[in-house]
Amino acid sequence: MATGESEVGGDAPAGGFVQLLTPDGERVDSVTTADGTTYTVDFTDDEYRELYRDLVTVRRLDAEATALQRQGELGIWASLLGQEAAQVGSGRALRPQDMAFPTYREHGVLYCRGIDPIMPFGLFRGVDQGGWDPNEFKFNTYTIVIGSQTLHATGYAMGVTMDGKTGNGDGEAVIAYFGDGATSQGDVNEAFVWSGVFHAPIVFFCQNNQYAISEPLERQTRIPLYRRALGYGFPGVRIDGNDVLASYAVTRAALDQARNGQGPTLIEAYTYRMGAHTSSDDPTRYRIASEVESWKAKDPIARMKAFLAKQQLADDTFFGEVDEAAKKLALDLRERVLAMPDPQPVTLFDNVYPHGSPELAAQKAEFERYHASFEGSAH
Amino acid sequence: MAETITLGKALNHGLRRSLEDDPKVVIMGEDVGKLGGVFRITDGLQKDFGEDRVIDTPLAESGIVGTAVGLAIRGYRPVCEIQFDGFVFPAFNQIVAQVAKMYYRSLGNVRLPIVIRIPFGGGIGAVEHHSESPEALFAHTPGLKVVSCANPADAYTMIRQAITSDDPIVFFEPKRRYWEKGEVELEAPMAEAFPLHAARVVRPGTDATILAYGPMVRTSLDAAAAAAEDGRDLEVIDLRSLSPLDMPTVYESVKRTGRAVVVHEAPGNLGLGAELAARITEECFYSLEAPVLRVTGYDVPYPAARVEEEYLPDLDRVLDAVDRSYGW
Repeated sequence: MATGESEVGGDAPAGGFVQLLTPDGERVDSVTTADGTTYTVDFTDDEYRELYRDLVTVRRLDAEATALQRQGELGIWASLLGQEAAQVGSGRALRPQDMAFPTYREHGVLYCRGIDPIMPFGLFRGVDQGGWDPNEFKFNTYTIVIGSQTLHATGYAMGVTMDGKTGNGDGEAVIAYFGDGATSQGDVNEAFVWSGVFHAPIVFFCQNNQYAISEPLERQTRIPLYRRALGYGFPGVRIDGNDVLASYAVTRAALDQARNGQGPTLIEAYTYRMGAHTSSDDPTRYRIASEVESWKAKDPIARMKAFLAKQQLADDTFFGEVDEAAKKLALDLRERVLAMPDPQPVTLFDNVYPHGSPELAAQKAEFERYHASFEGSAH
Repeated sequence: MAETITLGKALNHGLRRSLEDDPKVVIMGEDVGKLGGVFRITDGLQKDFGEDRVIDTPLAESGIVGTAVGLAIRGYRPVCEIQFDGFVFPAFNQIVAQVAKMYYRSLGNVRLPIVIRIPFGGGIGAVEHHSESPEALFAHTPGLKVVSCANPADAYTMIRQAITSDDPIVFFEPKRRYWEKGEVELEAPMAEAFPLHAARVVRPGTDATILAYGPMVRTSLDAAAAAAEDGRDLEVIDLRSLSPLDMPTVYESVKRTGRAVVVHEAPGNLGLGAELAARITEECFYSLEAPVLRVTGYDVPYPAARVEEEYLPDLDRVLDAVDRSYGW
């Protein structure tokens, strides 16, 4: 698995990528990379349909979040629009015992882990900082500083090895998500060094969505990102990030290698951020409409829908039902987001230290005294 | 039975005991394994506990602390060694943005019981980046706790307490005092140990309170001994915990003596001395005979070794400050 060479798909970047489903919805039986690794998927009809449902659902939830932000109900939203296949494929490839370390955009992975999609909305609504128990969900808290979580994932993976949880098919593996911009960070490069040296059971899943806010890929790298892995001593493979089947197949194989004690893999999911970096961004200032249009033709959901239709695995009744179900979930999400209570101000003193501190206790008491002094007065 | 050992050896014993007491404790850092650390603080530990528990890491401080975060999420208790004070800055982002904040961010779901050991301070004739005192940067960061030991007995107990603590702790070791000896009770029960985050009166006195920590405790005690010859009875407090500060011990002392002098090697501007002066002024205003004075490093980058003695607070500068307090 040295490179992701593939002649399949006229839309591949130079050097190729692993693609099992073309933009037109043609199924590619298998892809063999230059090092002889063969990738394929063996899904039942139902499994294909459920992957489609996942894709539609995470896009619909994402659209609802964008709307909520525009209506002033979220402070900010980091949309995954366009990256559904990369996230659903890799997310569904995880086994229950695997641990994921997301950025702040992995809502689709979160959904595929079976986690209530409301979970990160505290963060984006500003009622908390995105607080949950990573070990309960096998899904770490969202990390906002670019690349930091790759080191956390690496340390966690070292712990998996130290716990003796690798070396067989039931072993544990770790996946670290990050973007193309993050590959310039020292922390990501240190994570590569550490993982290589310690042979950590980790998959580095880079969603190369072509932009770090406004800066194009060319400002981050002179070579394709997946080829960097070679320098750290582990395999790198590029996939068509808009192909949910390739994302699933390659991530599954890499995770299994990791859990079997064969060390890390870097996956570069070649995709495109169809929307803005976040709701605060204006991508028209740095990219042209024709580029966005060309990527629309590679849409991850459209190709899956075309595949299902061509193979007569689904009909309009099914597609309509999926849309309706996704809409229902989205409206339910909306209702629950709107019902999220603001935190009590005094809770800002909570959870600084596991056993508190006398200084904070004093500050909290002063805070309460100050606020109590307004009681009964009009202010 | 008490043994007379160096501060460095006391830390070594403390780390060894921690590794014995809890299989989840791991030590990680540059050269901590085979070499035993550049100051030999981890000497012999890898040989006895193995390469998985005393880990020679790649040479990258952010990586040391960042992977420690992941190990802690996994249930380990990492003890990171930063080789020198001036080398902590590549890890500063991980310490301040991740280690300090993850408990808060996760609404109390993720504890990071990480200890970050940093040999700090000057006086060893070193080149740049080997003599700094960055403790205020960490004490200023909510979510971290910061301590410093000043003698072998405290070194032994404080490192063990820090490792068993559920808080992330930055542990400053006074490197120029590594070779100073003292009595250490190696078998004393930890349950009865002096609390980690408490200050201690190390020399009772009546005329003025000297507040110090780390390497400056010895300097302050020497100054107090010299002052005694001139008939001044100085009280010396070893703060031990820099975040949180044990202010009740400080207030009690200053209210008795009416005078306070803070001593630290770090630059004075916005240092621990500034915070102590502010809080003492707020709490002890009517007891003070003079303003709180500070004896600190100057507000310059740490200077070249041949002039560091002029930069570092010493016995005479402490006495000069006491004189100024009396002359107010």
